[in-house]
Amino acid sequence: MTPVQAVIAKELRGYFVSPIIYVVGAVFLLIFGLLSYLYVGFAGAQAIQLMQMQGGMAQINLNDLVFRNLFASMRIVLLLILPILTMRLFAEERKLRTFEFLMTSPIRINEIVIAKFVSVFLVYLGLLGLTVLVPTVLMLFSDFDWNPIWTGYLGMVLLGALFLSVGVFASALTENQIVAAFVSFGMLLTIWLISGLGSLFGDTPAGRIISYVSFMEHYERLVRGLIDTSDLVYFGSGLALMLFLTHRVVESTRWK
Amino acid sequence: MIDVQNITKRYGHHTAIDRVTFSVAKGEVLAFLGPNGAGKTTTMRILTCFMPATEGSARVAGYDCTDQPLEVKRQIGYLPETPPVYQELTVTEYLTFVGRLRGITGPKLTSALDQSVGRLELGSVRHRLIGNLSRGYRQRVGLAQALLHDPPVLILDEPTVGLDPKQIIEIRELIKSLAGSHSVILSTHILPEATAVCQRVVILNKGRIVAEDTPEQLSARLRQSEKISITLKTCPADCEMKLRAISGILNVLPGQAGGTFLIECELGHDLRDEIARVVVSNQWGLLELRAVSMTLEDVFLQLTRHEDHLSEPAEAMVSTASTERMDT
Repeated sequence: MTPVQAVIAKELRGYFVSPIIYVVGAVFLLIFGLLSYLYVGFAGAQAIQLMQMQGGMAQINLNDLVFRNLFASMRIVLLLILPILTMRLFAEERKLRTFEFLMTSPIRINEIVIAKFVSVFLVYLGLLGLTVLVPTVLMLFSDFDWNPIWTGYLGMVLLGALFLSVGVFASALTENQIVAAFVSFGMLLTIWLISGLGSLFGDTPAGRIISYVSFMEHYERLVRGLIDTSDLVYFGSGLALMLFLTHRVVESTRWK
Repeated sequence: MIDVQNITKRYGHHTAIDRVTFSVAKGEVLAFLGPNGAGKTTTMRILTCFMPATEGSARVAGYDCTDQPLEVKRQIGYLPETPPVYQELTVTEYLTFVGRLRGITGPKLTSALDQSVGRLELGSVRHRLIGNLSRGYRQRVGLAQALLHDPPVLILDEPTVGLDPKQIIEIRELIKSLAGSHSVILSTHILPEATAVCQRVVILNKGRIVAEDTPEQLSARLRQSEKISITLKTCPADCEMKLRAISGILNVLPGQAGGTFLIECELGHDLRDEIARVVVSNQWGLLELRAVSMTLEDVFLQLTRHEDHLSEPAEAMVSTASTERMDT
């Protein structure tokens, strides 16, 4: 086992022995299930209306009526839940003075940052994996296209990775976990609201650049079923930037 | 093994350590003594590559702390001020994690773990969560962590804090047994600990080295005069005067209890037999007569209290510290 794997294993263990993961996981799955139920309910109501208007069996499109709405709503859920997962990563180490131990161990700072990110990312992937149950169950009762669902999941994976990297960065800034969570809420909401600023500028070069910075349009395209290289570049570079900044922050704590 | 040249650490305008120079040979045990805020922890943090020095260079086992931090970290076992333990892990899990972090795997890790657990007598708590252990046990887990990979250099920041007296003695024995094969730096403000464990003592005050020597020589060097304490059964008014008349006696101070005097004589003149003769011939009744030696505690207080005289560069104090300078 390499040092990086050792840190990942230790972090994963840290997640599963603390109550946070169970509470966060339960809330996450509950909300995902509740949203799915609501959207399926709305879709059903619309189907009944259609049947009354047209007569006979109306074929409703679950992709449009359920999954697109569900994935779009998940943005706010992820924004609220993921900072809770990341807040402990560096803040707790600093609070409990194990940070000094980690920094004096023969492991590079970038390895520590990547190990911490990978551990929380694996936890998130696990949670996301459990939600596949919803489309699987719906498949038994209805016909729909799986492809936009996979791109929607890809969108949630990428968006989640970006949110988590912002959370890791915020956690490195402070030794207080609450502050870390709050800073990541603030940062994520700001990036969200930037898209509104972009639409104020309209379809000008400045407006397009500002809209590009926000994750909104990139995530929406993936939810619609479009895989665009520019969106992948956006998520990839955002993630790399946040992890790089985390490295700088961790490095700078040595100089204070 | 450890070579520190003129390291300075500044936090903004505050200078935590100022041109500190010292070295530790292979197998030597060195103690950092000093009041709180003297710069002991800062020096250790620089040596363990936790933070870089503002100026100067530090080398551990031939590797530079600034240029080859990973190599330096591999050579060091470090126990910080607060034992760096993860409360949610058991002792075995924690030590396994530490071993893997340092690149020890497989059967080697198992044997290193067993040895480390045995050395610190952690066998009975191996499978308990560290969060449920007492302060003393946590400290020992911290020490087990530092010793796990059998590093050539050990840096221990107050290793006996939080232990009970029996454990303190055991840890001191352990550190003594490491001397010879390991170079050890430990910091402490318990003075007998330095005398008991270390071959050499570095006294730090306000970020500067104010003295560096063996515990015995430190106390010898700082003695400005021989001091003799006597207790007399009867002491007529003229006895102080008669004692002063003995050649070589500098001062006679009445002690706290009646009949007790503290006599200062010139350095290198042992006047005990002369004093005894005078007392006996005057029939004052000699109850006690003994030479007063300076403990490390006195040395420490003397060195760290007279701050005005310590403003000169630390090196000068260490190499040529003369008795007059310490006085005045």
